[in-house]
Amino acid sequence: MDRRHFLRGLGGAACSAAAHPLMTTMSFAEGAGLGDNRLVVVILRGAMDGLDVVQPRGDGSFAHARPGLALAPALDLDGFFQLHAGLSGLMPLWQAGELGLVHATSTPYRDKRSHFDGQDLLEAGTADGAGGRDGWLNRLLQAVPGVTAETAYAVGREGMLILSGAAPTRSWAPDQRLALSGQGRLLLDHVAHDDALFREAVGEALVLTEGQAGSGTVGDEVDGLVDFTAERLRGAARIASFSLTGWDTHKGQEKALRRPLERLGRVVTRMKGQLGPEVWGRTVLLAMTEFGRTLRENGSGGTDHGTGGAMLAAGGAVRGGRVLGLWPGLTEADLYARRDLMPTSDLRDWAAQALAGLYGLDRAVLEGAVFPGLRMAAERGLIL
Amino acid sequence: MTDRAEIAAFRFGFGLPLDGPAGPDDLLAQLTGPDQAARRWPAYGVAEVIPVMQVLREARRMAAEAPGDKAAKKAQRRAVKAGGALAVTGAKAALARAVGGPAFRERMVRFWADHFTVVPRSRTERAWPAALVEDAIRPHVAGRFGDMLQAVMTHPAMLIYLDQAQSLGPNSRRGAKRGKGLNENLARELLELHTLGVGAGYRQEDVRQLAELLTGLTVVPDRGFAFDPGRVEPGPETVLGVEYGGDGLEAVLAALQDLALRPETARHVAGKLAVHFVSDGPDPALVAAIEAAWTASGGDLAAVAAALVGHDAAWGPEAAKARQPFDFVAAALRALGLSGDDIMAMAEGPFLRADPDPMAEMGQPWQGAGGPDGWPEAAGDWITPQGMAARITWAMEVPGRLVTPLPEAAEVAARALGGRLSGRLEWAVGAAESRREALGLVLAAPEFNRR
Repeated sequence: MDRRHFLRGLGGAACSAAAHPLMTTMSFAEGAGLGDNRLVVVILRGAMDGLDVVQPRGDGSFAHARPGLALAPALDLDGFFQLHAGLSGLMPLWQAGELGLVHATSTPYRDKRSHFDGQDLLEAGTADGAGGRDGWLNRLLQAVPGVTAETAYAVGREGMLILSGAAPTRSWAPDQRLALSGQGRLLLDHVAHDDALFREAVGEALVLTEGQAGSGTVGDEVDGLVDFTAERLRGAARIASFSLTGWDTHKGQEKALRRPLERLGRVVTRMKGQLGPEVWGRTVLLAMTEFGRTLRENGSGGTDHGTGGAMLAAGGAVRGGRVLGLWPGLTEADLYARRDLMPTSDLRDWAAQALAGLYGLDRAVLEGAVFPGLRMAAERGLIL
Repeated sequence: MTDRAEIAAFRFGFGLPLDGPAGPDDLLAQLTGPDQAARRWPAYGVAEVIPVMQVLREARRMAAEAPGDKAAKKAQRRAVKAGGALAVTGAKAALARAVGGPAFRERMVRFWADHFTVVPRSRTERAWPAALVEDAIRPHVAGRFGDMLQAVMTHPAMLIYLDQAQSLGPNSRRGAKRGKGLNENLARELLELHTLGVGAGYRQEDVRQLAELLTGLTVVPDRGFAFDPGRVEPGPETVLGVEYGGDGLEAVLAALQDLALRPETARHVAGKLAVHFVSDGPDPALVAAIEAAWTASGGDLAAVAAALVGHDAAWGPEAAKARQPFDFVAAALRALGLSGDDIMAMAEGPFLRADPDPMAEMGQPWQGAGGPDGWPEAAGDWITPQGMAARITWAMEVPGRLVTPLPEAAEVAARALGGRLSGRLEWAVGAAESRREALGLVLAAPEFNRR
């Protein structure tokens, strides 16, 4: 008897259906209404430690607050800031003026420091989470006539609130097996711990799936995502969004941050290569996170949820080679709640500046519809 | 929510949230009330399968007359496809009903569907199992076991699966002519699995006699079940000391009713019910109470169910069982807030990738048990590394395809776990980096997978 017959038969139908690119999470938007410029928004889920990625080595309080982390070798940017060595692959872009870094920035989210609330606000683009559950990239599409579903793509398997809403968009997930972050694996182990049967099965299950997630090369993890995105952006799409995880570095940060940074670096350099010089020249990639992390290193060589952080802007259309934003300082009095980097700008302002520069959207639309409640600062010169 | 309501949701249903009160009387009312789920989320029965079988038979005839004939191949493909489409409808309806409830009735339907397991042995047979459930099991879950047994044993799905359709009395008119004979398969499983149980005191001679008695039960492609006197082994048969004379269908039906009322049958099925619903090693007092209700009522399954849910030992706090993959998927969809209508509205591809395909990965291919004894019960048979990997994959990936935006994991945990939410899980949900992983942790957690 062949018990697989039933499923094999059903499977035929499933395969044809599987070919439909209609599933999950990098978000892409098309040309008609947006002209030729491209925007990629990468959501760094888990709260990237901006102070470790773009290190203020010139600030006298920094090394004192981070006795372990501040010792690691880093790459000089401008005499004051140094780039984490994990992003060394981006130095050529920095030197070519194609990488800009924004420091001491955050959304208006404060105090509760919950990943999900923080990510929701980052993607909703509102001041306080009020209003419906739609994302700021979707409201951008709603504000531009002539946009089609091909204009914007959500790529990957994380839900992308940033692109959801009334305007039609596409979503697609590359075919991968179990995508569970390193942290997800640890948490799953933790959850199963008190039930012997599950503890054993989960432990072995995670070993079984090791080859499918986490142990492959960084290229295995991100190339499919980038290549698909780049292909769409070379075509009709103008906007894309996806997530990178792994940033919640509560312990052993020096090691824990390596992989996510390697992924981020590869996403940027491969995107440049896959887009080709012409399209890259018209592209801005913004990598943003829900909040930063505590100034002080904690007792486990990590950092905890904080407030102000950093944002990366890469692309041929970026005026880079600079660390942007007003530096607040790191003395106790300079900090937010005496623990976190003080935000000196609204992260939404940088995004709004990018949209204005790329698509010529006027201030009324940006402050009224896309980022309700935002008061844009003067031209910040982020975009060429 | 009381502890008992939670126990009812997990042990006798497809999990939280509950649709209404869930005391013993409420559960019984779910079982005995009008079958609204079947009307709302329709499946199909033998009447829908027969036309498919006719096309298939015609295709085979054409192929036999002209080997390699293209029209014959085309007709065959069409029939296989139609059968497959029916099977998908059946799988969808089963899931929609489980998600939409009333849950206790659907759990009982799944129990009996497993008790009378039928597995397609070729692609052309895929439509049969759901027809058996619809025609022979559902109508009797609150009726008499003897009636269910008769309905199952005269259903083409069972007669085909356990080879009864081919069995011929060696001395019957057709048997003598063809030199073919008896097939004991159904008779043996009928005693071993469906009624008395393997430990009961029947002998090979009883199997042989029962097989002779069952001759005549067969399947005619154009009509489905048929009793063919030309296949009947002449003369009376004696099964478990009772003689059944006459060579008609009545003798077979009488024997089935007698088997249904045997004390060994009551004991066997009472044990299975307690093991399936309550514990892999159930309290003997619970089994005895179910058995006594069976005996006293003559196999009235409503009374039997009342004895199960009415016994204190069925309400112990320990969640000792593991949700089988079908229960897992149904419970997860309920937790995510999907309705039966949502399931029925799913296109085939997304449905297959949400239910039958991952169920197979979890170790329970839909309609694909290893044999007529159905699925194993022990928690350890399901919570294996491979099975757990598949559950984790489902938990992390499928919700995002079905629900946009993803619901808040903490809310799903509260809604689907109630007081069972452990401190560990609550903490982990808050510590997860993304909503997707937080939700995945809830669905992969022990407390969600136990019942």
